[in-house]
Amino acid sequence: MRAATAEAFVRSPGYWVTVLRRFARDPVAVGAAMVVLGLILMAVFAPWLAPQDPLQGMTLKRLRPPGTDGHPLGTDELGRDMLSRLIHGARISLFMGIVPVFTALVAGAAIGIVAGYAGGWTNTVLMRTMDVFFAFPSVLLAVALAGALGPGILNSIIALTLVFVPPIARVAESVTTGVRSRDYVEAAKASGAGALTIIRKHVLGNVLGPIFVYAMSLIAVCMILASGLSFLGLGVKPPMPDWGLMLNTLRTAIYTQPLLCALPGVMIFITSISFNIMTDGLRSAMDIKA
Amino acid sequence: MSATAEGPVLDIRGLRVTFTGGARPVRAVDDVSLAIARGEVVALLGESGSGKSVTLRSVLRLHPPRKTRIEGTIRVDGTDVMTLEGAALAAFRGKGASMIFQEPMLALDPVYSVGDQIVEAILRHERMSRAQARQRALEWFEHVRIPSPERRLEAYPHEMSGGMRQRAMIALALACNPKLLLADEPTTALDATVQVQILLLLRELQRELGLSMLFVTHDIGVAVEVADRIAVMYAGRIVEIGSVRDVIRTPRHPYTAGLLATRAHGGRLSGNRLPAIAGSPPDLANLPPGCAFAPRCGHAGESCMHEAPPVVAIGAGHEARCVLLKTAA
Repeated sequence: MRAATAEAFVRSPGYWVTVLRRFARDPVAVGAAMVVLGLILMAVFAPWLAPQDPLQGMTLKRLRPPGTDGHPLGTDELGRDMLSRLIHGARISLFMGIVPVFTALVAGAAIGIVAGYAGGWTNTVLMRTMDVFFAFPSVLLAVALAGALGPGILNSIIALTLVFVPPIARVAESVTTGVRSRDYVEAAKASGAGALTIIRKHVLGNVLGPIFVYAMSLIAVCMILASGLSFLGLGVKPPMPDWGLMLNTLRTAIYTQPLLCALPGVMIFITSISFNIMTDGLRSAMDIKA
Repeated sequence: MSATAEGPVLDIRGLRVTFTGGARPVRAVDDVSLAIARGEVVALLGESGSGKSVTLRSVLRLHPPRKTRIEGTIRVDGTDVMTLEGAALAAFRGKGASMIFQEPMLALDPVYSVGDQIVEAILRHERMSRAQARQRALEWFEHVRIPSPERRLEAYPHEMSGGMRQRAMIALALACNPKLLLADEPTTALDATVQVQILLLLRELQRELGLSMLFVTHDIGVAVEVADRIAVMYAGRIVEIGSVRDVIRTPRHPYTAGLLATRAHGGRLSGNRLPAIAGSPPDLANLPPGCAFAPRCGHAGESCMHEAPPVVAIGAGHEARCVLLKTAA
């Protein structure tokens, strides 16, 4: 009988299920999430979606305006199909937006949580080191690092990662410091939990969500920075299709085909604003504890 | 079971807690001695900053060791708490003594279900399977009278009402059958109607299980409701201790008398001002040399400003720390 009641627990939805449900109630955030999903699918299936080869150009058909027969979004300065290049560009652009942020998330969260939980000297040493990086504007730091490391995708990923470690570490540290002084940490201590249990269950459980959301909001920034690096010739090399790089090379045609020049910028804009709206929705959906 | 089965469950002697983290050391608790017999409830009564919660937290050694100096001895059922370290201290917390916090919303982790938190606490101390621990959590939920306990075990703290959360907190504190229950203003954060229910529940559980309890509160009414004895604290010291009856009916320390006079009575005519104790509690980092209450005391004489008052026994188990009693006796 008793065993039967123990088995008959009705599962109430977990924390993340509740968060998702609340997220689903926000139509704007859901719309943004759909756009993000669409962009990711577009990047994954680019070779099948793109009507033409993004690298093959025809010098006779250069800088055609959008709506040209066979090239719905026109052609670029080397006569390559813009639609195909924009679709393929999603691959490298999203990659450059997401990978550095996630690498930085792992490193920054580790540094911040250790600093926040240990406090004292450990905190001072770690966080002051982070502050040194903070002293530089992020664009300048990314450019300086990428310039020092030399152009290339890997180097710009390293540069961007280094740019994003300090802000993530700082958020992780402040969230952890807040959680550490919470009553439930003391309550866990009072019921006999050791330091490891407290970090693993009570600190990580409460800290990872907010840090993750913050990192998501950095993806858009990172994409724009990566585009900036490509624009300056420090990131992706031609002829690879990258939105930032395309913005750079099409810049010369701004007076003859302004609409065409704007297209890669429009893509960057759509992506970054979708990520931002999505993370905003996620943030408010996660705020159910109050 | 143990050799000290007949001794007091909690025996605090000469407890002195000093916080050394700030610019000047702050003596939050000074020379507090207190014993709680098996099955007895003692209320620590005092205003904010009187050292009542600090005393309570010292029993579980919850103060940050780097910033706190604790002197004196604390024994829980014969175990010297001050000498416990590492694993022994962790084993003591929750099993030897456990604590109910003031604000259950903050004391329960928001990202785990309440049942999971109780199961975790049980598994920390008992050798049993997760299913058995869950079964025990369920029994405790029934014990603290949570309706549909199976479903509530799966609930997250934010999905429960304040009273329900505090019941869950009590279940969590009692889950490992601690020898001593510490309660830190467990009803302060609750609605007035819920307060009464939680007090009744605590009183009932205490009688049923023969719990020994140290109950911190600033509310005289709550102390009278729940306690066998009352210890009144002021500026880190116990100024008067005795049975509820003695302390309430014949308060001997001017501070206790003042506290009782400030209570609002139903019969009081509206429009009359409530009596108040003039002044404010002293700065613990800068205590006067004599009686800490002297600057606010209507009966204070010259000697009160210079000498610390002695503890004077008034009757059986009734003591107060005041010069006036000595001259009277």
